[in-house]
Amino acid sequence: MAAFDEQDYTKSFDWGVWKRLGPVLSHYKLAFAGMLGFNALCAITDVLLPLFQQYAVKEFIEARTLTGLWPYGLAYLAVILLQALCVVGFGQNSMHVEMSVGRDMRRELFAHLQTLSFSFYNVTPVGYILTRVMSDTNRIAGMIAWNLTDILWALFYVIGSFAAMLLLNWKLALVVILIVPAIAVLTYYFQNRILHWNRKIRKLNSKITGSFNEGITGAKTSKTLVIEEQNAGAFRELTGSMHNSGIRAARLNAVYIPLVLFLSTVAVAIVLLRGGYLVLEQALEIATLSAFISYAVGIFEPIQMTAANIAEFISLQASIERVTGLMDQVPQVKDSPEVVERYGDAFHPKTENWEPLKGDIEFRDVTFRYPDGGENVLEHFSLTIPAGTTVAIVGETGAGKSTLVNLACRFFEPTEGQILIDGRDYRERSQLWLHSNIGYVLQNPHLFSGSVRENIRYGRLDATDAEVEAAARAVSADTVVAKLEKGWDSDVGEGGDKLSTGEKQLISFARAVLADPRIFVLDEATSSIDTQTEQLIQQAIDHLLQDRTSFLIAHRLSTIRKADLILVVKDGKIVEQGRHLELLQKHGYYHDLYSKQFAEENAARILK
Amino acid sequence: METQPFRLRRREKLQMIWRYLRPVVWFFTAALVCACLSMVFNALTPQIIKLTVDVILDSGPAELPRFLKNVLTVDALRAAPLQALWLAALAVLVTALLRGVCSYGQRINLSKGSEGFVKAIRDDLFSHIQRLSFQWHTAHSTGDMIQRCTSDVDVIRSFVCNQLMEVVRTVFLIVLYLGIMFSMDVKLSLVSLAFIPIVGLSSGVFYKSISSRFQVADEAEGELTTCAQENLTGVRVVRAFGRERFEIEKFNKKNEHFSNLWIRLGKLLSVYWASGTFLTCLQVMVIILAGTVETVRGEMSLGTFLAFVSYNSSLSWPVRSLGRVLSDMSKAGVSMDRVGYILKAPEETDGPDAEDASARGDIVFDHVTFGYGKQPVLKDVSFTIPQGSTFAILGGTGSGKSTLVHLLDRLYELQEGTITIGGRDLRRFRRDSLRRQIGLVLQEPFLFSRTIAENIAATRPEATREELRHVASIACVDEAISEFPDGYNTLVGERGVTLSGGQKQRVAIARMLLQQAPIMIFDDSLSAVDAETDTKIRAALRENLGDATVILISHRVTTLMQADQILVLEDGKVADLGTHAQLIARPGLYKEIYDIQMSSDDRRLIQEGGEA
Repeated sequence: MAAFDEQDYTKSFDWGVWKRLGPVLSHYKLAFAGMLGFNALCAITDVLLPLFQQYAVKEFIEARTLTGLWPYGLAYLAVILLQALCVVGFGQNSMHVEMSVGRDMRRELFAHLQTLSFSFYNVTPVGYILTRVMSDTNRIAGMIAWNLTDILWALFYVIGSFAAMLLLNWKLALVVILIVPAIAVLTYYFQNRILHWNRKIRKLNSKITGSFNEGITGAKTSKTLVIEEQNAGAFRELTGSMHNSGIRAARLNAVYIPLVLFLSTVAVAIVLLRGGYLVLEQALEIATLSAFISYAVGIFEPIQMTAANIAEFISLQASIERVTGLMDQVPQVKDSPEVVERYGDAFHPKTENWEPLKGDIEFRDVTFRYPDGGENVLEHFSLTIPAGTTVAIVGETGAGKSTLVNLACRFFEPTEGQILIDGRDYRERSQLWLHSNIGYVLQNPHLFSGSVRENIRYGRLDATDAEVEAAARAVSADTVVAKLEKGWDSDVGEGGDKLSTGEKQLISFARAVLADPRIFVLDEATSSIDTQTEQLIQQAIDHLLQDRTSFLIAHRLSTIRKADLILVVKDGKIVEQGRHLELLQKHGYYHDLYSKQFAEENAARILK
Repeated sequence: METQPFRLRRREKLQMIWRYLRPVVWFFTAALVCACLSMVFNALTPQIIKLTVDVILDSGPAELPRFLKNVLTVDALRAAPLQALWLAALAVLVTALLRGVCSYGQRINLSKGSEGFVKAIRDDLFSHIQRLSFQWHTAHSTGDMIQRCTSDVDVIRSFVCNQLMEVVRTVFLIVLYLGIMFSMDVKLSLVSLAFIPIVGLSSGVFYKSISSRFQVADEAEGELTTCAQENLTGVRVVRAFGRERFEIEKFNKKNEHFSNLWIRLGKLLSVYWASGTFLTCLQVMVIILAGTVETVRGEMSLGTFLAFVSYNSSLSWPVRSLGRVLSDMSKAGVSMDRVGYILKAPEETDGPDAEDASARGDIVFDHVTFGYGKQPVLKDVSFTIPQGSTFAILGGTGSGKSTLVHLLDRLYELQEGTITIGGRDLRRFRRDSLRRQIGLVLQEPFLFSRTIAENIAATRPEATREELRHVASIACVDEAISEFPDGYNTLVGERGVTLSGGQKQRVAIARMLLQQAPIMIFDDSLSAVDAETDTKIRAALRENLGDATVILISHRVTTLMQADQILVLEDGKVADLGTHAQLIARPGLYKEIYDIQMSSDDRRLIQEGGEA
């Protein structure tokens, strides 16, 4: 899994990565413009406000008159109202941009994921994909909507303040500007170090979470080995380095922030000294001096915040790369343009052009190797499976029994040679056409959150309630429903975890029956199920096998014996094939496998 | 999982916080003192500017504060305005410096305090969880516990270290600034004061009322994540049924719902932000207007006006955030309950008179009856395992064989009957001492995400590499380990190499062997190893076990048959007990299984194993 380690590296700035955001953002030009526009207006009103104080001092207090106070008050109020409106406008547009951009990215990613092939899913952990679909998109959208605008606000505000100061008194303004480079140097020096420690803290934090996980899941082992104290000691060491790193990071901040504040006070002191002198010389009004002091105090915090904001914004590049990396994954199995033209794609199928599927399958001179592995798993393999045949695939765990099924279902395509369905290369038809005719029941049945009814209906979306119930009865899944409190509408829980494995299996059989597929695939379970359910499952399987081309990745002898054709797999290759009795008489690998299987299955039965 | 939410009483919450706060309370006190001092110094700057304006720059009547009167006079300052300006600038710098020092002190002490605080909670939680009974562990879900140990701890930390500090600081700031303002001008101060409850309350009320919406939005996000996750884990089902379009529509609906919730929430939030901005600015404006009127009328000096306006604007933002902080603080109570639930669970403890265990002597189960729930799993089980013998147990799923092991290792406490070793009741022993005497390998062994060497050496960290390799070769895993690029230093688990089930079992066996316990239990611990390796390992074990008492649990007759005695457990009861020869001589479960399993191939393997 080493390849899937999440990391937040800082590579040098790469414009090409950022450009990828363009198409997503371009849909929201108006909101984006609104967000930036209102944001700029906010900054401008923020710059204007100290001027009102200056005006009051100059025109009323120093002039010793109150005439014109009302219009002044109204103008002041108008600016405040304007600012409030800007905040509303900015907030709404910003949120709109954030959520819309996030939504669109998630939508695109999710749709793209539906086209990716099993070769991708087989090697990519779900958590890895999920982080990209949920967290990274959230982060990108949030940073663009809020972090970027914070930076721009600070930029507008600082520039505006300097403009105001330059207009008020350019010589004094230059004195203040001189402090800025000093702050820039300080910031550069500290930000890198703070970033370094923050990263370290994040890593330690995930280690601590990992330790808790291990401490809890490994509790039994720790107890039996009596290493509780040793574990706690290792944990204390970890929290100890967290403690120290936390303090190190805090110390940097504790030096940096007061230093910046102190520098800003230096600016104030200089303004006071120089400005005071100018006032004494009658070259400056007290009002202007006080406004100056307000500006000088006000600009340094935004500068300091912006440094951190920019550093964080640049780190967004990693998130963008993660998302675009997923978008750039190319599906291994793809329908050709001609096929899409005639049969439609997964999202817009042209079902009217679909031919009915009969179920003849032929492997013609097929050579296959997995995209990530070097060795050929099949070499010049040919096999004809007439419609309605039951094919059992047997072999030890991990011998590669799923390969043939993956090929037949076109989850993978042959490296060389062809697979024909009803006499035509299946690449001449769309994936969806084939998949719509396949019923697939997995070893560990997967259900979706929702009711039992919804889960069964997954097999055929337009099925009526009566049809759903009939399908369930056909495989005795109604016995499961009968036990549930809300019957057909009972919630099965996340991934179906409110049901037992056996119950989930029966529901998934019902789902397959409802789909009424021409090709049926059963990846048989070896999990321990009580005898009664076991019998129900057997009956369900028998029901499903009728009149269909079936592939059974089989473990149970009863299932295997019924097969029309048995393929024996060893180390990824088909070593024997034939009917049950023929194979037994050969006294080959199947015979060995059979005896062992027989022995274990019977032992298990006796022990029950 | 607990059925009803666990609640701590208020006093218990305070006690819990205090327990972890007490060792670092001085840091927090120092941080608070520094924070207050820094605010005081901060409050001095407007005073200096006020004096500068009134005394040096303006020519109206002015007065110096009492402490300055002894050193300086207004006239002296006005006589040398340039030097006076230098003095003022210097004063500004000195207060800023002092404030900087205090700010440093505040930050550094706060971080020492909060890091110490959170470390104490985490350490305590971890070590407590290690010491909770196994029964407790099986009854609680891992994910939920981890959440309590991480997110909830963070909420508590933020409550104590940020929110509580923030509240104290803000209250001090309000009192200090209002005090100064009142000393300058009572009328204006009353106007300013009138705004505080309006601003604070409005934000508090808003956050309280909107929190349910936040929750709804969070839930929508959870649903969206679940939808994506289920799609990804069930990708085979989705494809096999050709349900891509259906999935996309489902996801889009939830995606849309979640985004719209937030967009709507954004409308409310931005109105709230705007109203907050408006109120704050309005307050400043009112003070400027009223101050202007007073100053023009001569009731207030220009310097005082400027200083007052400056204090007033420093006051408004903290008040706003106070409302929010106070409403956020209510969340901490729930987190304290959740963390307190773990901390209150009783640890496994031994009585004060518990003794060191000794594994010398026979192990005797005497009329043991035990159940995890209402149904008994073991029913009146009695048998004796002679010291130094090899004892095998055969039984189906749910027959209670693992329960025997749990009881012997005291992972569960006996309910009825007794277990003795060498005539001494198990319950008299200290648990840790007993468990050190018993080596146990589980069917699905747990390896820690450390190096393989560290895993094997878990019970004896000081063991040499030779010792490790020795036990590893007995467990037939030395060769496999040596083939890894990093050998014994290979990391196990997520970030390292994924070991196969059989390799894990063998590493666990090596780990147990290093423990050199006088009682060794193999709980179906070679199930994932193929029969051939199984035979090899057992041959190596036989040579190296010495005089240890060995308990084997297995389905494989080849494993069982070498034992001195075999116990057949059926439905929680002793169905049969005897040697291999005795058991195959009479009808029963053992014989049936023997007949099935002893196919020609296996017989051949046994003979080879026996000769080796």
